[in-house]
Amino acid sequence: MKLMAQEQLDEKNLLSPSIRMEHVTQDVLAPMGRFPSAPWHIAFGIAQSMILFFLVPVAYQMFIGLGKFGIMNPVGWGVYIVDFVFWVGIGHAGTLISAILFLFRQNWRTAINRSAEAMTIFAVMVAGLFPLVHVGRTWVAYWLVPYPAERMLWVNFRSPLLWDVFAVTTYFTVSLLFWYQGLIPDWATARDRAKNRFFRTLYSILSFGWTGSTRDWNHYERAYRQFAFLATPLVLSVHSIVSFDFAVSLIPGWHTTIFPPYFVAGAVFSGFAMVVTLLVIMRKLYGLEHYITMKHLELMNQVILATSLIVGYSYASEFYIAWYSNHEYEQFQFLDRPFGVYKYCFWTMITCNVIIPQLFWSKKIRTSIPVMFVISIFVNIGMWFERFNIFIISLHDDFLPASWGTYWPTAWDISVTIGSFGVFFTLFLVFSRVFPTLAMAELKATLPSPSNGSRLHAHSESDDHHGVPGEKKQAPALAEVH
Amino acid sequence: MARIQVPCVMGFYDDAHDLLDVTERARTVEKFENLDAYTPYPIHGMEDALGLKRSWVSTAARFALLGGWGLGFLFQTWTSAVDWPINIGGKPFVSWPAWIPVTFEFGVLVAAFTNLLCMFYACDLYPRPKTVVLSKRITNDRMVLVIPTKGEEQEKRAVDFLTANKALKIKIIDGFDKEKQRLIFRAAPVVGEVA
Repeated sequence: MKLMAQEQLDEKNLLSPSIRMEHVTQDVLAPMGRFPSAPWHIAFGIAQSMILFFLVPVAYQMFIGLGKFGIMNPVGWGVYIVDFVFWVGIGHAGTLISAILFLFRQNWRTAINRSAEAMTIFAVMVAGLFPLVHVGRTWVAYWLVPYPAERMLWVNFRSPLLWDVFAVTTYFTVSLLFWYQGLIPDWATARDRAKNRFFRTLYSILSFGWTGSTRDWNHYERAYRQFAFLATPLVLSVHSIVSFDFAVSLIPGWHTTIFPPYFVAGAVFSGFAMVVTLLVIMRKLYGLEHYITMKHLELMNQVILATSLIVGYSYASEFYIAWYSNHEYEQFQFLDRPFGVYKYCFWTMITCNVIIPQLFWSKKIRTSIPVMFVISIFVNIGMWFERFNIFIISLHDDFLPASWGTYWPTAWDISVTIGSFGVFFTLFLVFSRVFPTLAMAELKATLPSPSNGSRLHAHSESDDHHGVPGEKKQAPALAEVH
Repeated sequence: MARIQVPCVMGFYDDAHDLLDVTERARTVEKFENLDAYTPYPIHGMEDALGLKRSWVSTAARFALLGGWGLGFLFQTWTSAVDWPINIGGKPFVSWPAWIPVTFEFGVLVAAFTNLLCMFYACDLYPRPKTVVLSKRITNDRMVLVIPTKGEEQEKRAVDFLTANKALKIKIIDGFDKEKQRLIFRAAPVVGEVA
């Protein structure tokens, strides 16, 4: 109970006590009903133009072939795979916020979970593009799916690359379903406040006819919790399986047991950084500072700091294990990283991922918006380079010196990477314009009640009323909010 | 529409505690039946106050999870060892540890779909162009206790009960106009602040 009391205190500090349910409705629905502002248009224009950086090289590749992209022997997995793992990782913060923080009853998640989940979905969509173009003949990418083909062959279920297909598609689908369930009551709110018939009909269809009956909430809550229980192991499994692509092979630097937790921690690290980057802009653009407060941002920065320590520990542990393994190739690999051809990539990673986030120990820095924005971008750069380090450095100098080679991304690779940000930001800007950007129903549940529960004189004895007669039950969770 | 019972009396509140308290008493002391509460967010303890049973949706999802795991595992076994066995690196045809990731993911996928579709079924949710709502404020900032009534005597008792319990507003619904797909409201005594 003491813990609960602490939680209440934090929660009270999180949102101003003067916020009422109708304010939430108004403030969240306002951007959906008005013409977007000039900053939005500028951002959207830039993001959309950036998509060209993705489309043009990919279209060109369809004609010329993968050779344009710098991948060679022995580095067969270039920037495409770096980008893929980077974007899948970005997605992880959303599920962490929506599922794991839900199970831990972290109420501060309510203000950020909608946008973080949207980010998850868009990041996984962007990530999915990379393997599809990387397979070369994208038009037969459906061969990855086991279906009764005319060749009568099935896919090889022993391959980690196939596990990836299942992990990423399942992750995308489950995130989407989970997200949509959360949206249903909010579409209903939009429906009941729609100004004209078109939007009333549209939101009625989207809300599936939600009425807010407790009989429905009863099922809804069960299903929501079940989704959280499903999504928690799922999110941990996805980046674990992505790491199996590497860990299951025999390449020095890849063949390590630390990979699954290391990848998951890195994913949460980069994901939270991306959430901070996006929310700092979004709260300003849509005037949501009362809901996404400094306290929220600070808590996210603390998560970034914590995961930065985990990631830093993983780096150190890799070096230690390489030394301890007494394995010549493994040891060479870990000397090659900080001192070899790619040493700048390595030190960029260390600086951005381990050193810079340490600034968050200071409360002043943790609560400064410009500083956290810059740091979150550094973290994203650092995490991109982490993947570059793991994949490219491990591949370029493996066992036989005769087959070594040095890989550098071509302009096409860099263009595709920039373009992927364009795809992501375009999707996110559209989301922030046409979707309820905060989970209104969940946010309302964490607000203090307007009359403080004192309108009825019988309130003082209400605690004894709830629950099954004869069985002394605890007061409902909401009563504890006060 | 089937979910809203008419005729009924609605009492509006803006506080979850008040609503919980009133609902509890309406059911246990006043013995009203088939009560329902319409709220903008799920109120913890409201299911108990209404005497609702625990939802079966998550149980269905858990069975689906087990089923999905079984099915996923069997499918991999069948394709790799029965339908077209291929020797890959001398591994056994039923190299089951390699199938665990896909088995797990497939189970979760099936469970997630089952979870959501069962929730839609249980709540009677489907995309409909027009939704009949008791009040537009339910999805905004009001919580409504709905007391279905049979006959005038019970209706009067419900109105008195809500008046005594300081409902912000009381409304009576007489019936449902099937042609216009609309609820038919009747004036009710206004109590307290009108919001």
